[in-house]
Amino acid sequence: MPPSSPHAPAAGAPPAVSTARVLAGLCLLVPVLVMLWVPSYNRLAPGLGGMPFFYWYQLLWVPVSALFTGTAYLLVRRDEALRRAAAPAGPGPQDGGRA
Amino acid sequence: MRHVDWTAMAVFLLFFALVTVMGFLASRWRRAADAAHLHEWGLGGRSFGTWVTWFLLGGDLYTAYTFVAVPAAVYAVGAAGFFAVPYTVIAYPLVFLFLPRLWSVSRVHGYVTPADFVRGRYGSRVLSVAVALTGILATMPYIALQLVGIQAVLDTLGVGGSGNWFLQDLPLFVAFGVLAAYTYSAGLRAPALIAFVKDALVYVVIVVAVVYVPLRLGGYGSVFAAAARKFAAPGPNGGPGGSLLLGAPGQWTYATLAFGSALALFMYPHTVTGVLASGSRNTVRRNMAILPAYSLVLGLLALLGFLAIAAGVGAGVPGFNSQLAVPQLFAQMFPSWFTGVAFAAIGIGALVPAAIMSIAAANLFTRNVYREFLKPDATPAEETRVAKLASLLVKVGALAFVLRMDKQAAINFQLLGGLWILQTAVALVAGLFTRWFHRWALLAGWAAGMVYGTWTAWGISSPATRHFGGNSAEVPGLGESGYIGLTAFVLNLLVAVVLTLVLRALRAPEGADETSRADYSAEAGDEAVERAPQPAAAH
Repeated sequence: MPPSSPHAPAAGAPPAVSTARVLAGLCLLVPVLVMLWVPSYNRLAPGLGGMPFFYWYQLLWVPVSALFTGTAYLLVRRDEALRRAAAPAGPGPQDGGRA
Repeated sequence: MRHVDWTAMAVFLLFFALVTVMGFLASRWRRAADAAHLHEWGLGGRSFGTWVTWFLLGGDLYTAYTFVAVPAAVYAVGAAGFFAVPYTVIAYPLVFLFLPRLWSVSRVHGYVTPADFVRGRYGSRVLSVAVALTGILATMPYIALQLVGIQAVLDTLGVGGSGNWFLQDLPLFVAFGVLAAYTYSAGLRAPALIAFVKDALVYVVIVVAVVYVPLRLGGYGSVFAAAARKFAAPGPNGGPGGSLLLGAPGQWTYATLAFGSALALFMYPHTVTGVLASGSRNTVRRNMAILPAYSLVLGLLALLGFLAIAAGVGAGVPGFNSQLAVPQLFAQMFPSWFTGVAFAAIGIGALVPAAIMSIAAANLFTRNVYREFLKPDATPAEETRVAKLASLLVKVGALAFVLRMDKQAAINFQLLGGLWILQTAVALVAGLFTRWFHRWALLAGWAAGMVYGTWTAWGISSPATRHFGGNSAEVPGLGESGYIGLTAFVLNLLVAVVLTLVLRALRAPEGADETSRADYSAEAGDEAVERAPQPAAAH
């Protein structure tokens, strides 16, 4: 899930649930689910350079998850810039962020 | 008589002297405009950029104890000890969602601690002090464990451990005396600067270790074959000695431990301190993408446990302390001078987080106990003075903990610390997104989680200890074994939800919320941030 909309939607601003936010959310969700699905990697074969699958697979997911998080960052940054450009100057609604 | 490796000792002392000088010079680095404010001493002026934050958080999260304990666990039990890797993979995507919001609201309102935020959001002094005391309680044994890390290195170097108690612990006194002095004078700037040295040393040592040592041991194939042979034999207590893969019941424990620990990681006061010290919201986000570089190092480090098995470290030694596996592996495989470098990495790796933890605990005490209950009209200069003294007190407390109580107690309390700190997550994380939860319901949920978790952990014995012998127990209603901290967290959340519904129906007073929706997305350079109160004189 992407963070909820900080600003009230203004003309030209992306909707609260924008494509960029959904994609960023997915980028963050994938590594978490992959690591929590333990049965999928709890095995020895195939090995890599003598290292059982269990170990090299999890190690591989460290840089891969960083790529996913990096992509989420770029998406969110662009999305936030669009929102800022569209939002009128001055503070947002002062409603205390109640949901 | 024990043999002292003088070459290794000299290299170790050289690096130690270097970081000591850096620690004292750090107060001149990025010198503060107004050094009297707590955010200068306690948050380095909230000015750190992407790379400084990366080194600081890396130095903060990946502690000496981690370097000793993670491979020790792999050495002792195999696959189950590897959970540190999925744990750190999960942590960054998870906290990417809420840490930027915490940074923004803290920047706008001048919050120095997580408990400051809870106070401002819910208008509840009791909830705030509960969060603060949980933080201090969880941090103290963590600092103590850093000392255990240094002790493991000193033991292997051949100093300490013999003669009277004073001589035995003298090196530890010296190390902590120095640490306390420069933390006192330079605040968060000292560990931030020293972290550069620490992290550089750690990277060099680990890369060399995972390439050079397997070469000498005949490659990873024979390393894992040796591990499989060791685990096939019955363990020292007659039970199974470990395994290269997880057993069927172990998989739930593995996943829940990884998830619960990931959620707990950024609830710790010292990690929040590192995050709040960064100069912008996007600095925080960028770091979530580049901090996994340290996780890779941690993963490789975990493999050192297997290397130690293959190298025959501790083989045939009855009651071998697995915490010594990695230091002994280094001493056995490396030339003396490089052993010195490796030990310096561990030793300095203890000083950086210990400094940040003591600063974080001091900030909590000053802001959420001293100023909240003892002296509400404290000036910023007074706050800084109290925080400096508190940081000394915290370190003396940790030292006493290590000297008076056994190491097992420190390890037990650190396990509990993770469980406890996780119970602050509902109030903190939910509060960053919604004001729906009622403050009294959050307090009740926190209490339920703390009591359930502590009570369940108390009932677990292990060969090493009668109580607090492990971190997993059967999850009620599920029939699987899971991380106690996460079960307690779910209970905490359920209690908070149910009681919120009840309290709302009863129209119980909700308390004032001083934050506004826009505060949670403010970025450096925004008008709201420019207008922000001087942090130490907030609200």
